[in-house]
Formats: sequence, structure tokens, C-alpha cells
Amino acid sequence: MADHPRAATRLSALYAMPPNLVIASAAGAWRSRLAGKDGLIRRRLRLLAMTLIVALVLAVGAATGARAVQPGETLADPALEGRAREISKELRCLVCQNQSIDDSDAELAHDLRILVRERVAAGDSNGEVVNYVVSRYGDFVLLRPPFKAATYALWLGPAVILVIGLVAVAVYYRRRGAGRSGPETLTESERRRLAGLMEDEAS
Amino acid sequence: MSRLLFFIPLAIFLVLAGYFWVGLGKDPHEIPSVLIDQPVPAFDLPPVEGRDRGLASADLRGEVSLLNVFGSWCVACVVEHPFLMEIKADGLVPIHGIDWREKDRTAGPAWLARRGNPYTLIGDDPDSRAAIGLGVTGAPETFIIDRNGVIRYKHVGPITPENWETQLWPIIRALQRG
Repeated sequence: MADHPRAATRLSALYAMPPNLVIASAAGAWRSRLAGKDGLIRRRLRLLAMTLIVALVLAVGAATGARAVQPGETLADPALEGRAREISKELRCLVCQNQSIDDSDAELAHDLRILVRERVAAGDSNGEVVNYVVSRYGDFVLLRPPFKAATYALWLGPAVILVIGLVAVAVYYRRRGAGRSGPETLTESERRRLAGLMEDEAS
Repeated sequence: MSRLLFFIPLAIFLVLAGYFWVGLGKDPHEIPSVLIDQPVPAFDLPPVEGRDRGLASADLRGEVSLLNVFGSWCVACVVEHPFLMEIKADGLVPIHGIDWREKDRTAGPAWLARRGNPYTLIGDDPDSRAAIGLGVTGAPETFIIDRNGVIRYKHVGPITPENWETQLWPIIRALQRG
């Protein structure tokens, strides 16, 4: 290992990797050991393959999302657990504010997840659970703001601005069109004036 | 008329700038409590280790009191603590404590034994039952409770001589006189 500098750097890179990735890259390293001194191209190809594996594992990890929900927290009934997850995704973690309690590692988020599960298990509907939390923390705890008088500007604002923009564009083009559709031929007096000007120019 | 139209973008900009000026200056951790002027949510907390009486919401009736959420893990609570001791020494208003999220039942009492105990009654809330009921987002938080057990004010963060003089004490005094 020590006489192989790249192996050393590869090893140090393992610490930050998820376990499944460690296995994949360890297998790759083992195979290259078996192959001995093979060509540079093959080694490059192997590097490329490993890079692809890394990218794939990272992409899958990002897609599923790192879950903060601990194994001990979940409900045995998958239907109830599913509902609890659904509710948790809508509730803001009050400590880290831009995460849902489903995503957050904060202790308060943990306690809120437990509370949500207890209420779901006790037979509350999704709406009842959410209402309970809102009655304690206010609308701020909802990641999706409710549609009500205080939030009309928030929800309708973009549509209103779009309509204003469309009206402004329509008015602009209509005015420009109106300017163009004026008389295209000269009137008698204009023609005479033009003729006079041309004569002046010629003389 | 059409000259006035040129000022519309400026007007829109000024309105938006005004909103951003106010909005971005706010502390996002100061969430307005929805429980102001509501009765204290029902809770009944067991005592902390070494005490024989806990704290229930029913105990908060009868006189104006402070309800302070603290924890031995909470750094800002250490900052606040000497001032709570002063309030107690001056007999201004009784302070009740919720010992929040202690991993270990002895941690809270040990913290109080080391620094002094400003609280009349203390409830142990290891799994945030009462804290969530009260809409607590961090420690310390302090509620002013009136004689009828109704929440009148919520203060987020440590109580300092400054905010005590300007915010908390005037409200408490008015409630005690009223």
C-alpha cells in the first residue's frame, strides 16, 4: 500500500463515503490488484467506471434523501406510518426552519415526529394532527402557507402581476398598431406641399 | 398623464424596498405566539429528581406568575439565570420552571444545585410534551401568566435587565395591579 501513492489517497477518501460505496470501490481496488500491471488505458477505463459508480450512488442517495426518521420511531402499521410521513413532510422544523420535521435531525423535530405518530395511532385524521400543531405554533409551522385573507397577496400576487403585464403588453401593441393603420396615401394638400418642396429642392 | 406612468416602476420599487427593508430586518426565530390571551394548554409534569412536587397547568392559577422553559444543556439559560435569581430575591413575581429535554433526570437538579434555584415549582419535560403544547421552539422562553391561568406574553431568549424593564415588568405590574 505504502509504495502505491494512489492507493493511499483512495483509502483516505473512503472515510467520507457511505458503506455501499466503500464496498464498490474496495472491489474495484481488489480487481486491479489481481490484474497486476495492466495497460494505462484499462486503468483509465476502470477509473471512469468507478467515477460512474460514485455518481450513481450519490444520485440515488440524493433522490431518496437522507432521512432523519430513526428506526425506533416508526409505527408498525405501514398505512399509519405512511400517513405520519405525509404529515411530517408538511410541518416545518421550528429549529432549522427550512426543513420539514421529517428531514430534520433536531431534537424538537424528533419529539414532534413522535407526537404526530401518537396522534395518528390514536385515530386522529391528518387534518386534526396538523390543526393541533398549528394551534400551538401558528401557520408558520406549515411549509405550505394556507390560502386565507392574510396570504391572498402571496398566492394571488404572481397571477395579478402576470395579468397586469399582459394588459400592458396588449395596450402597447394596440397603440402601436393604431399608429400604423393611419392613412397610407397622402392627402391632396400634403401632395401639393410635397410637390412644392421637391421643386424647391430641384431649383 | 403619460408622464406620471413613468413613475409607476419607481413606486413599485419603493413599495417592494419597503417590504424587504422591514422583512429582512426581522429575526426569523421570533415567531409570534398564537397562544397569547389563551389559557395555558393543559399539562401535568412530574417532579424532577429529588423533589416531590411537579408542575401542572392548574398550578398556574391564582396569581400572576412567570413560566420559564430551561434546560441544563441550554447556554443562554446560564446567561439568564443570575437575573432570575434577582427576581426571586426581590420577590417581584413567582417563577415556575419547565426543565426541558434533559437526557438524564439528575442533570436539571444538579444544574440548579450548582447555580441556585429561582423556581417555585419545577416540572420535568424530557419528551417535550408541555413544550410542544406551549409552542416552544427553543430555550429559554418565558411566558407571563395572569391570575386566571391565561398566557399574556411570551418572551423568546434570555431575560436581561433591559428587556425586563422595557417589556416584561410593565406587563407583570399592570396584571398584578389589575
